[in-house]
Parts: sequence; C-alpha cells; structure tokens
Amino acid sequence: MGIGMRGQIAREFTKNGAARRVRSLTVPAPNGQPRRGRTNIVVGAISILACFVFASAAVAQNGYPSPDDLVLSPDGARLYAVLSGTGEVAAIDTAKRNVIGRVAVGKVPRGIAITPDGARLYVTNSWADTISEIDAARMQTLRTLPAGFEPTGIASDGRGSLYVANRLSDNVTVLDVASGTITRHLISARGASYTAATADGARIFVTHIYPIPGEFRTPPRAEIEEIDAHAQLIAHRIALPDAAGVFHVTISRDGRLGLAALLRPHNLVPLAHVEHGWAFGDSLAVFGDDIGGAVQLPLDAIENYFSLPFGVAISADKKRAYVSASGTNEVAVLDLARLVAVARAPSVARMANDLSAASRYVIARIPVGSNPRNIALSADGSTLWVANRLDDSISIIDTARMAVSGTIALGAPATLTPQRRGERLFYSSLVAFGNSFGCASCHIDSTFDGLNWDLEPDGFGIDIVDNRALEDIADTSPFKWNGQNPDLQTECGPRTERYFFRSQGFRGDDLEDLVSYIKAIPLRPNRYRSPDGELTPAQERGKAIFLRTVRKDGTPIPETDQCFVCHSGKYYTNQLLADVGTGKPTDRSPMIDTPELTNVVNSSPYLHDGSAHTLEEIWTIFNPKDQHGVTNDLAKDELNDLIEYLKTL
Amino acid sequence: MRATIIAAFLAASALVAQDLPRFRWESFTTANGLADNRVYSVCVDGSRIWAGTDNGLALYENGKWRVFTTVDGLAHRAVLSLALDKKTHTLWIATMGGLSRYSAGRIDTFTQLNSGLPNDVVYGVTVQGDLVWIATAAGGARYDTRTNQWSLFNERNTPMYEIWTYGVSAAEDKVYYAVWGSGVLEYDVKTDRWLKYDDPDGENEIVLHKDEGLIHEITTSVSYVNKILWAATYFGASRYDGRNWRNFLDKDSGLPSNFLNQVKSVDGTRTWFSTDKGLAYYDGAQWATYRPGLDTHAPEMLVRDAAGTVTHVPVTTAPAFHYTFGVDFQNDDIWVATAKGLSHGIRIKPGDK
Repeated sequence: MGIGMRGQIAREFTKNGAARRVRSLTVPAPNGQPRRGRTNIVVGAISILACFVFASAAVAQNGYPSPDDLVLSPDGARLYAVLSGTGEVAAIDTAKRNVIGRVAVGKVPRGIAITPDGARLYVTNSWADTISEIDAARMQTLRTLPAGFEPTGIASDGRGSLYVANRLSDNVTVLDVASGTITRHLISARGASYTAATADGARIFVTHIYPIPGEFRTPPRAEIEEIDAHAQLIAHRIALPDAAGVFHVTISRDGRLGLAALLRPHNLVPLAHVEHGWAFGDSLAVFGDDIGGAVQLPLDAIENYFSLPFGVAISADKKRAYVSASGTNEVAVLDLARLVAVARAPSVARMANDLSAASRYVIARIPVGSNPRNIALSADGSTLWVANRLDDSISIIDTARMAVSGTIALGAPATLTPQRRGERLFYSSLVAFGNSFGCASCHIDSTFDGLNWDLEPDGFGIDIVDNRALEDIADTSPFKWNGQNPDLQTECGPRTERYFFRSQGFRGDDLEDLVSYIKAIPLRPNRYRSPDGELTPAQERGKAIFLRTVRKDGTPIPETDQCFVCHSGKYYTNQLLADVGTGKPTDRSPMIDTPELTNVVNSSPYLHDGSAHTLEEIWTIFNPKDQHGVTNDLAKDELNDLIEYLKTL
Repeated sequence: MRATIIAAFLAASALVAQDLPRFRWESFTTANGLADNRVYSVCVDGSRIWAGTDNGLALYENGKWRVFTTVDGLAHRAVLSLALDKKTHTLWIATMGGLSRYSAGRIDTFTQLNSGLPNDVVYGVTVQGDLVWIATAAGGARYDTRTNQWSLFNERNTPMYEIWTYGVSAAEDKVYYAVWGSGVLEYDVKTDRWLKYDDPDGENEIVLHKDEGLIHEITTSVSYVNKILWAATYFGASRYDGRNWRNFLDKDSGLPSNFLNQVKSVDGTRTWFSTDKGLAYYDGAQWATYRPGLDTHAPEMLVRDAAGTVTHVPVTTAPAFHYTFGVDFQNDDIWVATAKGLSHGIRIKPGDK
C-alpha cells in the first residue's frame, strides 16, 4: 500500500466509519434514565476503547509522514527521520538526497537516537510506551523495549544505556540495552520530552514542555536536568525562571556550551500587549561552563517574532548555532561568539525581554517548510537538515550561503485534506501580529501549556482561565469556561483576531479547516485503564463513588450534586453550565462550563482558573460546601479511590 | 595490690572492647552550622549526611552544612524521618507537615490536601524499589512512584485498631509497620495480606509472657533485615525470626532504658537502639552503651557481656547527648541523631590509638 492510499483510507475512516461506530455505543444510565443535557451517550469502557483505537489510527496512519526528529549517522552518509504521522523511520542518503529505506515502528514515534558506531537506531513510540530498536543497515526492527508513559526524547550514552524522557511520567527511564530492561527511573519535571548527550556520552540533558507546578498566579519556572551518565543520576537541575515550555536542547562538542529552545509566557498580565511583544518571549537558554551558569536570551525581533523555537544545533567549531522556529517556519543562524559575549555580559539579566537583543547575535533567518521541528547539522557544519513536519519534507540548508539548497519530499499525499490544512494553521504563528504566536504556542503539540491566563476580553484581572486540553473535543460544545461559544467556529473565528492575534483571525475556508483539525485531535491512550477495560479494585471502588446517589449515611444526594449527572455521557460532561462553588471574586459569573473528563489525569492544573494543582485539591480545598459533588463525607482513602477511577476516564 | 587490680580491670575492659565497636565521637550543633540541635533523624548518602532537625533539613557535604527549610519547599520545619532511594539518590523526607522529596536540588511536597497522603503528620518513610512506604498519624500509605497511585492502610483494610503508625521498614518480601498502641503490622508482598503481632500480655504493663510475643503494644520503630524483625517500643525491644520471639528489657539485657525511639539492625543480629538514656548496641551476645554519663556527663562506654557482667570501658568522647532519636551507618562509622546535636562515631579499629 502506497502512502497516498493510506491517506485516502484514513480520511474515509475519519469521516465515516469510526465516528458512526463510536456514536452507536450508547449505554444507559445506572438508573435506566437518560442523562440530563444534550448528550445521552453514557460512558462505557467499550466506547472508550473504541475511541482509542480510532484515535490511534487517525494519528498513526494519517497518511502524512510528518517528520519530527532527525539524526545523522556518524559518517554523515545517512540521515534518519522519524515520521510521526505514518509511524515509520526513513533513511535518507545524504549524498543523493533521496529516501533509501523505511521501517515501520510503533504508534506516534517522536524521538530517535543512534549508537556511536551507527549500527543501531532507537526510536520512541510515544503512544505505545515502547522503544523500537532498529538495525540501521537493514532498516529492520530488532526488538521492542519498554519505556515510561509517552516516551518522547531519547539519548544514548554510547556505553550501553539509553535515557528516555517520558512526557506523561515526568521521569527519565534509564534502559540497559544489552538486557533490554529498565534499570531505574530518574525524577524529572513535568512533560519530560527532549534529550541531548555530550559527545563523550558522559552527560545527558533533559528538557520539559510544561512548567514545574507552582503556586497559583506566580511566574512559571522550568529546569533542564543534567544527568551524570556514569553514575546514572541527576547531577544538577539548571533553573530556568520565568520559562515554561522548553524544547530541544543541544551541547557543543566540547561539552562547555548548551542551548535549549524555550518559551517565556507572559501569562500573569492581561493578554493586551501583543503589539509590545507581551504574549510570549521566544527564547534560548544558554548554559554551561562557557557561560558560568544559565541565562535566557530572546530570539524575537520587534514586530518580527521568532515563534515557537524548537530545534537547536551547534557547529563543531562553535562558530554558529541554528534554531528552528516551528511557528514562523524558519531557521535562525546565530553567531556563537557574539551570543556567548552577550550571555556573559553583566547586563544579560535585563535582556531576557529585550526585543532588540537578538540583532546582536542572530545573523540570518532562513525560510523553510511548514512547522520545522528538529534539525541536524553535518559534522563539518556545511549542511543543516530541517524536518518540516507539516510539509512532509526535509529542507537542506547550505550553511555557507545561509539558504535552502534543496528539499527532500517524504511522500505526502498530493492534495491536502481540510484537516491537514487546518493543522498547518493551528501550528502557524503567521496569523498573529508580528507573527508572534499561534494556537500551538499555548496548545503545545495540540495539548495545553499547564498555565492560566488573563485574557483581555474578560477585562483586566477578570476571569483568569486555565488552558484546557483539546483532545477529542469535537462533540463537547459549548466552548470556553463560561460556555459562551456554542461551537468551534465561534471559539476560533473572528474573536481570535480581536482578542488574541491583533492581526488577522481565521475566516471562511481557513476557519473551517482549522475547526476540522481541532475536531480531529485524538484522545491519547489512557495509561491507567487496563487494555481489557477491567478496573482495579481501587478503580472499581472509585467508580461506585462516582456513580453513587446517596451519602454514606444513606441520605440522598441531590441530583445536581451527583458526579455522574453533570459529568455524564461519552465525554463525561452534560455540556451545561453549573455553579460548583469554585467561582472567585474576580470571576464575572460563578457559572462554569462542565468540562469533559477524558484523560483528565493529564491536564493539571484543574478548575476553570487552574487554582487546583491536583485532582485532590479540587475536593480537599475547593469543595468546602459540597457544591462540586458531595465529597466531604468521604474518608481520605475513598477520595483516593475516586481519583484512581477518574484517572481511567 | 591496688595498682594490679586497676591494671587488670583496664586490661579486661580493653579485651571486651575489642569485640565491640569503639568510636571517637565528633558532634555537630548550631555552633558549627547545624540547623538545630534537636536532630530527629539522620541518613547517610555516601559521603553526604542528611540530618532531619526540628528546624529544617540539613545536608553536610564537603565539610559544610546547607539547610533546607519551608522556603525551599520543605513540607514542614520538623523533619522526623528520612529514607534514601539508593538507586536514584532521591531522599524522602517525613515531616510534621507532609512528605517531601528531594532530588538533585529540587524539593517537591506531598500533603493530605494536594495528594493521596493520608495525613500530614508523617513519622516514618522507607523505600522499596519503585514504592515508597509511609507511616502517618492516620495510618500507613504506599506511593507508587511509577503510577502516582496512593494506597492507604488503616483500620478498615488492615488488622490495626489504632492508626497512629510510627515507623515502617520494608524488604523485598515483607513490610512492617510499628503502630503506636497497636503492635506490629506485617504486610506480605506475595500474598498481599496483612498480619498483626500483639503483646500477649495485652494492655498490661507487667510482662507475664516473656519471649512469647511482642514486648508491648506501643511500638515506635521496626527494622526488618535478613528476615529478622526487630521492634522497638516504649517498654523494651523484641526480636522475631519468623518463629520465635525474644524480648529485651533494661533489667535483663544491656539496654540502658526500655524507652526506645528507634531500632536499626545491620544484619538482623548486630543491632542499634536509640533510647532516652543512651545509644545501645547488641551483637547477639554482648551489649554496649555509648553516652555522656547521665549524672556526670562524662563520656561513657558500658559493656555488658553474655554473662551479664557490666564493665566501663574508658573513653574520652561520647555522643552529644544521651537522648537519642536514631542512627545511620557510614561504612564502619555511625551517625547519631540526638536531642542536643548530631554525632559522628568514627570507628576506632584495632591498632588505632
């Protein structure tokens, strides 16, 4: 089956089969009565599993290769690209500039590492929680190894151990390659995603796409972990104040200079100063012995932002660095000597938000394809390879000329589906004033950012809102926490122009394309539900609490305070507004849209304003009067059971 | 004649002392950087020493103390117990206000409000692979670090009738809880079942059935090593090998007191006891007590041989105070948490002066 054929089937599958099949799985309520609200479809493990199977197919076999991560063979003869859309790894002959082989791996592969001899590739299968070991010469899968939840980045120490950043486990798995077993898990930070090893493999660096949870409405903070690969322990945590999402990281060949792409969100002030660069700082963490610490420097320029920096590379001679901007579709060329000089200057702390700073070290910005992700630099520094995820291509940059010298197509369907066009819009920052940010700046990798925001349309300091997840939300209208947007066209349409992007919004066909993409964002596999749908004893006890209609003392619970009444249906929402006692004085109304609970375990913080750090806090702190379900008669272990059940939804 | 007697006494003391560990004691207090003199717990991580004090967590590294407080994210200033995950060098910190976790400079805190922890008063903690076992004032808990799942153990799902768990010790096959007022609880990993060990004398303060069970219901600490369980109570100590119990009281053993804060065994036989009247050691036959004299405050090392003969071994140093809370081992050395400072017992080996 060719790539094009796979795409066609995926489209038909998406539009027709699975959607109908899922909707047909209607399960009656425990009392035999239909649920209150617009959706009568009630939760059932079968429907969830069916949904998961459909969603997996939609992402893993959408027909678009979607290159994400890259790695060069040690001799530079081959480039390996992880194709997250088709679930493959492609081998590219760097001299002939064509694809010479492919191998299927697991679901939604994201990261790749290569052994120093170039013989083996290791690929993270983020939806299968596995690592594919590949014979690089034959492009054949040899073994499938275990990992944590949603393995993403992977690095080899060259001495037989792999380090895997697990996005949903918030840890780093250390894997012994010889035995194929996990030797330990190192405590990382939230959303552990990208890794880099020093040339000698002695140190491994790990970044995270979400901030470290902190006090409500305090500046975000992030870190980079430095792992001592000899001891297999975290040696240092490099603090990154005011940073949230941190993406790829790289280390100079001498191990003395590190760079990591990151976002500095300005979420504590109203989103009213987009014109002044006050939504996101697209930045670079600069750290290591050359700097004597860690600093953050902007990549943005006035009215010409470098949105969503993602991939990073340093030339072997340490003269240049390269950074991809996945939102503005370009690669920046940095003069490293100048960058280091600025980073070491006493005034560097003041430059983190200085939009004139980048002109001192960014010497060129090279347009590439749509949504460039990771980049790989040849050993001699002459050629930079760029994975254009939403163009399904690899850009080849001649670094001497600082221009694209060629493009390798990876076999995408000839025409773009509306969904794919919408995905490009979602990941593009070209829609905003100065190209400063886009949907994906907050909804990182189509998820969320773990932050709460003060959006201007509600008034300054009014209606602080948590950033909600976007998985499988097509049928969960209305939208927004106050439920004011009846459909996604309203949610994503002209209001985004006025209140967010301050330039152009999404209209007409673009808007329909964008909505079709958002509606198709699938539900990630749930790691807490067994494949056969059977619940553990604790989950079963929690389900009974979720479904209960009487208190422990036997008195009836009012219908409005029964968990499963508001959180009913396939998505665990009756799609109505409710006052659950969580409104704040700064909220215009205590009426809150009942959120869907699918994969709720992943999307902390909670409540409409993100004031609950954990699921527990929803009830231990923010439910004193039993308005958000009756929970105050529960013992602690019973509340734990309820949470164990919620984690399976 | 008198000189001969003294010489003989010293020679005999030296002979006895050769079989029991002798130490040169050095102590740390606030005067040399410790966070507080009241040290509840100590934990050795290679060359690094962690001390849980009444006023923060202190780390001794490269000759200097560094103190972590609630400002750094610690759950509470009073640090009661410490446990090291030897694989990852993560430190688990039991405090009066929750459970904290230290990993490479970052402290994360779990409380009864933000997590599944049953109660914020955390008396004990230990690590068993990917699992962390916790003793709190409202029962025990097990935290799975892989899945973030909390399992709670209390009067509803175990045989304990008091839920004031004071200490916990885990090995691959068994986990033991010291339950203050409810004896010792045993969890069998293979069968997922709980068993309870009680004082056969019930609530009586008189020991009627010695060596027939746990010495007392008010247990404060357990130590399970090499399939041997040691239990410390406020009324003596007990040893259980899976079949037989043996009890130890100050009147018939070398324990300086029946009031025990901690028991920690090296190998099931060689065992240390932190009491209110000194630090005691038992090698399976002989006992030794290390302390400043209760009245004289002069350094003491008392040795009780298998026949019950007590001798004073001349020493020049002693732990900082006789009221001891706990110990940890650093190769042949020992670290002792006392109510008036942290003491380092530097092992004196044969031939050392």
